[in-house]
This record gives sequence, structure tokens and C-alpha cells, in this order.
Amino acid sequence: MAIRPEPFGALAYHYGNRKLNFLRSPELVRLVDELEHFDSTRAAFDSLDLDARQWPAYGKALDALARSDFIEPLRPSPGVGP
Amino acid sequence: MTALTDELKRGLDAPICLTWELTYACNLACIHCLSSSGRRDPRELSTAEAKTIIDQLRALQVFYVNIGGGEPTIRTDFFELIDYATAGEVGVKFSTNGSRINVHTARRLAAMDYTDIQISLDGANPTTNDAVRGEGSFATAIAAMDHLAAADFGSFKISVVVTRHNIGQLDEFVGLANRYGAELRLTRLRPSGRAVESWHELHPTEAQQVELYYWLLDRPEVLTGDSFFHLNALGSGTLEGLNLCGAGRVVCLIDPVGDVYACPFVLHDEFKAGNVRDAGGFPDIWRSSPLFLELREPQSAGACASCGQFDACQGGCMAAKFFTGLPLDGPDPECVSGHGQEALAAVGAGDRPPSTSDHSKPTPVRFITRASPARS
Repeated sequence: MAIRPEPFGALAYHYGNRKLNFLRSPELVRLVDELEHFDSTRAAFDSLDLDARQWPAYGKALDALARSDFIEPLRPSPGVGP
Repeated sequence: MTALTDELKRGLDAPICLTWELTYACNLACIHCLSSSGRRDPRELSTAEAKTIIDQLRALQVFYVNIGGGEPTIRTDFFELIDYATAGEVGVKFSTNGSRINVHTARRLAAMDYTDIQISLDGANPTTNDAVRGEGSFATAIAAMDHLAAADFGSFKISVVVTRHNIGQLDEFVGLANRYGAELRLTRLRPSGRAVESWHELHPTEAQQVELYYWLLDRPEVLTGDSFFHLNALGSGTLEGLNLCGAGRVVCLIDPVGDVYACPFVLHDEFKAGNVRDAGGFPDIWRSSPLFLELREPQSAGACASCGQFDACQGGCMAAKFFTGLPLDGPDPECVSGHGQEALAAVGAGDRPPSTSDHSKPTPVRFITRASPARS
């Protein structure tokens, strides 16, 4: 993945699947940059001191990035077991 | 956050989608060629100059270039240039008529990362295709696809310019793409280059445009390169894409001699922003050419301002208006509300801009042998 700064935030490009994503704020770009250093997105939201009003929007943006394989979970999600 | 389209209209730090035509030389003479290609131009960029551009694109973090022509594979340094680009993480998507894809080149291409291929095909059968692209061109394209499949290239794209004559074959194109595990890409016919003339005969009818719109809404997996956003004025949903004219804002074109135009469909002096050989090269042109700065200013909706559909269609395609002699702040010639047809009716023959770039091969001369006088 490559990230290119833009006035609105950044463009993210995945060389593998050729998908392009718009990161729509500088704060979101910082979150994506730093995400790997945290155990959970919640920990990242807290530690990076992100605007709490934007958390739902950032959560959605991260979901979209995960769906197109830009980011992946650190551990497999807990299975829906018996 | 403001709407993404508003941000994009103000222009990006570097293009998202940059088309680079490597040569005007072409073995075909398609009647709708956007760049009026045919003959190589002696001023075309050298290998070293082309590599300088690639270096500049890498520095600007342009993720990929769309390479076309002419027929780009005709350049003897074609593979050298795409190797150079992809090694520097500038991905390559190139369009070809397939004539140079054989067993060997298909294997070479299959071994490359970051290289995507679009095979142009404008009919789902030889009759429809060859009427536009020339005799034998359907068979050539199919042979290229067979070679790519045999070399295990993976998914390539079949790229179709939608016309009045092939629009009834859309499902056949899907079938063809599925047979090869390929993706289908449909683009809009623009009245540019040699299509300034052929557009009138080839562009879809009003009823066909409506049919196409609903067909595309049902098939978001079909790629369109954003080219049909003018159809959004039909109002039943928004087609996939950014839904705006990206000329000089998110897209531009570098032609074979290094001239930079606002988009791939306006190879005309009025939309020329500079030349990559100028001091400062491509980055300076993108950042500060007066033409591009002007295109990033808020544009007037003009005659379309009072139309309730303007937000949906954004007034359509600048190139389509320009080459049909329509004002740029008015309706698209293919406006789905019919405003374009009214406007076209008012255009006089002298209102259309004369061509400023034509590399067509001379019209074939037919030698008429005069029968020798009969001897008695």
C-alpha cells in the first residue's frame, strides 16, 4: 500500500488489488499510519487523541479499508462458537 | 467534511489517472480514434526523455499510468519503459489492439507485476468490430486474448467503446469476458480526433442511452472509467465513479511528443497546458499551468443552471461539448433531457473547432489502371 498526501487528507493505493481509497482527513491519515502500533482500534482512538465526534466515521473508513485488504486485523476475530 | 467531489474539483497534488500516449504510430486506422493516430511523429519522446517522465511521476507518487497511443507496443522500447516504470512502483495499464501480443510477449507480460492490459474491441463479432477498427482486427484481438490466457496472464480487460451498433451486444461482451475470466470495460464515444466526423453516425441514440444506463446500474462490476456520468441525470441512481469532469483536476494526458492536455479527449491547442520538455517538466505543468489552475476554479453551470438535474450530471463532458461546437457552460451534446440536441441544431458548420493535431495516415490512394486501348 502507498499513501499520498493530498489537501483533503490522502490517497491510499493498493498495488496488489489496484484499489484506490480516499482518506478524507489528515487525522484519519495519521490514524491509518499509526494503527499498526496498537492492539485495537479503540486503543488507537484513545491514544492518538482523535476527535471523538469523528470516531464513528473513522470506524467506517477503517472497515472500508479492511474490506479492500488495505489493512487487516492483528488477530482473527473471535469465532462464533458454541 | 465537504463532499469529495468538491475537494476533487479543486484539483489534486498529482493526477489519479494519467494517460500517456507513447506513439502516434498505429497499424490500425479506427474511424473513431481519439488521437487521430496513424503515423509516428518525428518529435516523439526518446527513451531517455520517457524515463525522465517516469522519474517525475514516481516522485509525484502517481500510482499508475494508463499507456496508450497509437499502438504503444509498436515502440521498440515499449518493454524497456514498462519495466522501468513498474520497477519504480509506477504501475502500468496499457491499451492495445493486440497485434503485438504473441506467445512470447504474452509470457513476458504474465511474468510482470503491476502491469494490466486492456484489449480494445468494438464489436462482439467481426462484422461489427471490423467496420470500426478495420478488417481482421477482431481476429487479432481474439488471438491476443488466447495468448494471454495460454500464458496464464490472469485477468485482463476487454475495453469497448459503446456505439449505436454494438450497444445491442453488451450481454455478448459479458459472455466473452467471462469465457476469458476477463473484466469488461465500457467507455463513452467522444467526438474527438477522427470521431469528430464519425461520432454523428456512431453515438448511441437517446433510447439506447437510457437502455445503457439501466444496464450499467444493474452491473456495478462492469468498469466504465467514470465515462457515463452524464447519464446520472436520468435520476434512478448514481453510476459507479467520481461523477465529475476530472480534466486538469484529477486526470490529464501526455501525448507522444510530450504535450500535456487536460484530458485524453481534448487533444487540441486550446486545452494544451505545456510540454514536458519545458523547464520544470511535468510537475510544474500539473501544479501551475494557467490552464489547469483555471479548470480548478469553480465553473459556471451556465445554461444548465436552471436544470434540476445539474447536480446529477454536472453538465457532462467538456470534450464532447467542445468538439461539437457547443459552449462549455451548456448541455452535453448527449444530454439525456434533450437539451443537447436543441443546442446542436443551433451550431453552424463554422462553429466547430478546426483540428490542431492529426497523425492520420494519408487516405489510401487507389490506383486506377486504365485499360490499354484495345488492339484491333
